[in-house]
Amino acid sequence: MIKAILIFNNHGKPRLSKFYEHYSEDTEQQIIRETFHLVSKRDENVCNFLEGGMLIGGSENKLIYRHYATLYFVFCVDSSESELGILGLIQVFVETLDKCFENVCELDLIFHVDKVHNILAEMVMGGMVLETNMNEIITQVDAQNKMEKSEAGIAGAPARAVSAVKNMNLPEMPRNINIGDISIKVPNLPSFK
Amino acid sequence: MPAVSKGDGMRGLAVFISDIRNCKSKEAEIKRINKELANIRSKFKGDKALDGYSKKKYVCKLLFIFLLGHDIDFGHMEAVNLLSSNKYTEKQIGYLFISVLVNSNSELIRLINNAIKNDLSSRNPTFMCLALHCIANVGSREMAEAFAGEIPRILVAGDTMDSVKQSAALCLLRLYKASPDLVLMGEWTSRVVHLLNDQHMGVVTAAISLITCLSSKNPDEFKTCVSLAVSRLSRIVSSASTDLQDYTYYFVPAPWLSCKLLRLLQCYPPPEDGAVKGRLVECLETILNKAQEPPKSKKVQHSNAKNAILFEAISLIIHYDSEPNLLVRACNQLGQFLQHRETNLRYLALESMCTLASSEFSHEAVKTHIETVINALKTERDVSVRQRAADLLYAMCDRSNAKQIVAEMLSYLETADYSIREEMVLKVAILAEKYAVDYSWYVDTILNLIRIAGDYVSEEVWYRVIQIVINRDDVQGYAAKTVFEALQAPACHENMVKVGGYILGEFGNLIAGDPRSSPLVQFNLLHSKFHLCSVPTRALLLSAYIKFINLFPETKATIQEVLRSDSQIRNSDVELQQRAVEYLKLSSIASTDVLATVLEEMPPFPERESSILAKLKKKKGPGAVSVELEDGKERGELNGGGDRGGDAAIAASNASTPSPSADLLGLRSTAPASGATPSAGSLLVDVFSEAGPSATSAGVNDDGFLRFVCKNNGVLFENQLLQIGIKSEYRQNLGRMYLFYGNKTSVQFVSFNTTVSCPGELFRSTKTVEPLVEGGAQVQQVINIECLTDFIDAPLLNIKFRYGGALQNISLKLPVTINKFFQPTEMAAADFFQRWKQLSQPQQEAQKIFKASHGMDTEVLKAKLLGLGTALLENVDPNPENYVCAGVIQTKAQQVGCLLRLEPNAQAQMYRLTLRSSKDTVSQRVCDLLAEQF
Repeated sequence: MIKAILIFNNHGKPRLSKFYEHYSEDTEQQIIRETFHLVSKRDENVCNFLEGGMLIGGSENKLIYRHYATLYFVFCVDSSESELGILGLIQVFVETLDKCFENVCELDLIFHVDKVHNILAEMVMGGMVLETNMNEIITQVDAQNKMEKSEAGIAGAPARAVSAVKNMNLPEMPRNINIGDISIKVPNLPSFK
Repeated sequence: MPAVSKGDGMRGLAVFISDIRNCKSKEAEIKRINKELANIRSKFKGDKALDGYSKKKYVCKLLFIFLLGHDIDFGHMEAVNLLSSNKYTEKQIGYLFISVLVNSNSELIRLINNAIKNDLSSRNPTFMCLALHCIANVGSREMAEAFAGEIPRILVAGDTMDSVKQSAALCLLRLYKASPDLVLMGEWTSRVVHLLNDQHMGVVTAAISLITCLSSKNPDEFKTCVSLAVSRLSRIVSSASTDLQDYTYYFVPAPWLSCKLLRLLQCYPPPEDGAVKGRLVECLETILNKAQEPPKSKKVQHSNAKNAILFEAISLIIHYDSEPNLLVRACNQLGQFLQHRETNLRYLALESMCTLASSEFSHEAVKTHIETVINALKTERDVSVRQRAADLLYAMCDRSNAKQIVAEMLSYLETADYSIREEMVLKVAILAEKYAVDYSWYVDTILNLIRIAGDYVSEEVWYRVIQIVINRDDVQGYAAKTVFEALQAPACHENMVKVGGYILGEFGNLIAGDPRSSPLVQFNLLHSKFHLCSVPTRALLLSAYIKFINLFPETKATIQEVLRSDSQIRNSDVELQQRAVEYLKLSSIASTDVLATVLEEMPPFPERESSILAKLKKKKGPGAVSVELEDGKERGELNGGGDRGGDAAIAASNASTPSPSADLLGLRSTAPASGATPSAGSLLVDVFSEAGPSATSAGVNDDGFLRFVCKNNGVLFENQLLQIGIKSEYRQNLGRMYLFYGNKTSVQFVSFNTTVSCPGELFRSTKTVEPLVEGGAQVQQVINIECLTDFIDAPLLNIKFRYGGALQNISLKLPVTINKFFQPTEMAAADFFQRWKQLSQPQQEAQKIFKASHGMDTEVLKAKLLGLGTALLENVDPNPENYVCAGVIQTKAQQVGCLLRLEPNAQAQMYRLTLRSSKDTVSQRVCDLLAEQF
């Protein structure tokens, strides 16, 4: 079972946290910090698995993570999951995000937390994998967007303003990071302390 | 076209997020957030009704604030209102807020349940999925009660959309995990199993998680899934499937589903049906063959997917442990991976080989990789991988390679990461003991261990080496010589001094013939370390000195001089002072005969399980060291020096042998209560008991404990000095206990100190008490308890204080029992019997027939059953004489439903008590506890 899915940036700022077991809000924040601490001190090119931190169950659980440019994607799982399988799942998640946001970057996760949650919900439910087929996931997300559009009405107008605000926050040239066969353009973000 | 267009969103939200991002400091950020929270709060409270769009916007802001780690304590009601909106966007954001922010205890659940009910019956697949997600996310008991009946129906109905089926399967799984007693198996069982044949691979993917969980709990009811799983797997592996749809991932057909199918098969033994088995073996062979084929893509995703299946197949082969052919192939495959350039594969190969090493068919094959594994331990850059390598070395160790492996582990220890040193020390100590052929090697190894990693050598390890040296007379001389040499190092670890002091005190005479280690040299060597050591070690050294006086009369004058010095005889530490005074007196007045009797060589220790092994098990959890347990015989041989030891020694050993659960050597054990007058036997005890002769102490006091099973308040313990009162309250899986320590004397207690040790299933936090308790005063202590999972052992309370100089030591079991976490459940007769029938597996039931030890008064019985914490159900049992009760035990990990029936037989003055619960250990424990109450 997947116990938690965490995304945070190189500075440990959480960008998404989804827990499939109940913890108090305090503990959740501590787990995020602890996990960041464990993962961020590891070199690049070491293995993608390590034992979980004390707060989330110690050696009973494994952290399986990937580091994409400015973001860490960390899945905390128990022994019933295949490590390489989860690694594949992370890749599917990232590729899906990339397709849905058209070259996903950290800002997309910040400004569209709800969308990211929706995409994740199409893949994982209650800690178990719901769907691994990217096309199927995207079809579902598309259908939701259509519904949203049709309901948008007057709320559509401010949309352009949003993109303006967003572009305003891109001070530097994007840099291309190669992750497998897709490339995600990740802008160098000002650190978010 | 991108699925999410860049522009849509809400301006207010975007502006707010930008504001936060532009904050220069943490303070500015908090200020901005508080401003926004105040704004949202006033909007929610305002008279003007908000439209759906604004509600959505504000709820999104709250979500963002929550993600930044701030508490959100409002907005729940608005989110619930959004659920009943007809617009998808509003409904969806409402559900999102609830999934992220509402926990299972919320009072809002009833309202949420209403909205969910509407959406489930809406026949709109999108709304149904949202509702199912919400149930799976919250997963509370109220939700299970409301929907556990409905969801299986949706899952197996013919007209349900595939996407809804997927969600329904995982939703049901979540409810089953949270409240297994509410999810009733039955007519839908076989239809769920047949989902393995579903057309849509997504449905199979979701369903297989559900089936795996259900079959691990009820293997018999689901065993038809084996043949279905094998045929599905076979179709995928042989690529005969035409229905793979888009489930091919980087040229690998349905990798995720294949892994899950192989996992499901690991819930069962090898198939009995020859045809099914043949087909499965064929699949496994195909998977192993594919590993040798050239890759269809150079992408790491391709090899990851392929190898994910391969590792699961290997796990299944190891699980079956019956096909020598496949086992050897698996081992060779893992051997290849050990040298692979991908770190991930090396890590996984080391991990899988650990389990492979315990199979008799492949143990030898695993051993051939020893050089590679040792190399991994030395050269891997990643500590996770090194740790796996150390685990594997431990698992593959046997008599033939023990010396090599122990040597490698010792040399690794010098540079090992701090995080794994203690575990490594325990492993080295265990291997050294288990595979010792000659004991000089064993002694060398342990002394090396202390030298290299003294700080990480726990008491268990050095106790054990002493125990073994005492029990084996062929190694004593060597041990004495070796410790003597080790002590000559200018700086040696305190643990080395302890072992050295003990061994030279016992067996120093064996090396005294050599003028380089004459008695006086030995003594001076030991004494040169004395001032560097802590109090317990000094106490031990003093005992070694008095033993020297017995062994070597020529050292008597020197040692008496040392004992007489102010730094000993007037030492501020009571224990040291007392030992100095008593040993000095003993040495001056006792005749040589008396001395020789009192200071007789230690008798052999009784055989028992190595305490080191117990410690490692505790550290790693059961199962982690299971490989070790088969080997009891060799351990026995190691301790089997029992033929030695004279009559006097045996008599003394009876007095000094601690109970098996107490620490080795009795250093921590309590002196027998009769030890008030120092007879020869009890003095021996005193020599090695930390508490000293004047300590009055008792074993764990148990009587108070059972009186509190059915009540929460009262006096737990009382003697002439101290009264301990107790008040406790429990809610859900939490409890709070107030302890009142009353000093019954007119003299103050000093160094008053209490410690509570909990079994791992409980979590507790304690405030410490003041170290002074005035005469006649009462102090209070609060203990907070959280029940993580069901448990048997009660927490132990240990109280130490000095009363007029004498150390008092009291150990009590705190009356925290599993039934304290009961929540009463009312139910009608029909419900009760239905559930009773469901819990019909033999291990779910515990029964006791016992004689009444008190009167059989109805009201008293009722009061006790209520005190137990369950609901007493009237008019359920057809026989009015009988009592039935129901309750749910709340632990953090799970809830355990529990049903109880008590049948009194007034004529025979007997009771029959029957407990049924979804967890066997719980049934048994509650039954045991309750049977003592009547």
